[in-house]
Amino acid sequence: MASIESLTAFQLDVMKEIGNIGSGNAATALSKMLNKKIDMHVPSVRVVDFEEMMNLVGGPEEIITAVFLRIEGEVPGQMFFILSPEEAESFVKQLTGIDDFSVIDHPDNLMALSALQEIGNILAGSYLSALSDFIGGSLQPSIPLITIDMAGAILAEGLLEISQVSDHAMVIDTLIDDHGDEGDPIKGHFFLLPDPDSFDHLFDKLGVSD
Amino acid sequence: MKTLIDHIVKVGIADLKFAEAPMHLRTSGLGSCVGVVIYDNRLKIAGMAHVMLPDSTSAKKDNINIYKYADTSLPALLQTLLDKGARRHQLKAKIAGGAQMFSFSSTNDMLRVGERNVIAVKEFLENERIPIVAEDLRGKSGRTIEFSTETLMLNVRTVNQGTQDL
Repeated sequence: MASIESLTAFQLDVMKEIGNIGSGNAATALSKMLNKKIDMHVPSVRVVDFEEMMNLVGGPEEIITAVFLRIEGEVPGQMFFILSPEEAESFVKQLTGIDDFSVIDHPDNLMALSALQEIGNILAGSYLSALSDFIGGSLQPSIPLITIDMAGAILAEGLLEISQVSDHAMVIDTLIDDHGDEGDPIKGHFFLLPDPDSFDHLFDKLGVSD
Repeated sequence: MKTLIDHIVKVGIADLKFAEAPMHLRTSGLGSCVGVVIYDNRLKIAGMAHVMLPDSTSAKKDNINIYKYADTSLPALLQTLLDKGARRHQLKAKIAGGAQMFSFSSTNDMLRVGERNVIAVKEFLENERIPIVAEDLRGKSGRTIEFSTETLMLNVRTVNQGTQDL
């Protein structure tokens, strides 16, 4: 049985490839929306445990912006798209022109929140459609929900289903480069948490079950 | 902050730790999870559990982490305190957490886990006749809690609603 802890390097490579195709789609969508060149790629796909997952985003107490989607269909599970407050603010500024949005001081700017929600929606949707092309089955994302709070509080919610059988999740790192003058590419993290029974099915469908 | 870092015992997710005065017990980023402190107010010893799920019978594997579930973690918390010499009638509890981080209109039980955690924790404490002297439950905010074995106060911090001592 393909449990999440024992995924082979080959299986992770397959997930990374799917990630790259998905983020390619997403970059195209974002480029059109922002009317400038956006590149995205997936430097790595990893399997991490709870603590590592928290540490990836700066620890359980770190404030993060998270867009959360439930995935139904062929491979049910959950998905998070995580941005740090600075990254979220910079995204909002580019997308909406709102330049006084502050995740910590003014977290209730509805326009800004809805822009972030939409980014999460586009990215998750692109990623899922790449994945569903690969497995030849359908995946339906739920309406995205956005929350700004402590990382531990948010991520534990997504871990609940999976934590019944395992303490691990799959992380698809995503870099978003807008070729702007201001600093480094935006680092977003996708956390893909397939429901426990989904893993076998996923790799079966991909033709890489061992 | 007057509290030194090395006075703090960190409690992870699905974890259980103990401390004696003057140490602090701290767990970060409680969402739907519930942080449970049980302490002996004379001996000034305390245990803190960070429980994630209410019920271990739903686990689908054999070697479970007993600290993940209220029904297995809390008995271990109580027993260890008694083993350390705590008196049952001196035990008190302070609890926080059980939020609902995402407002789904779904009927999926998994998404109401905060509430189910709260119920499981309260049921255990009631059965063991351990009084809950302070609580900060539910809502939709993440919490970080820190318990001082010296003052026996539970400090609860949220991102948007500041901090309070219970």
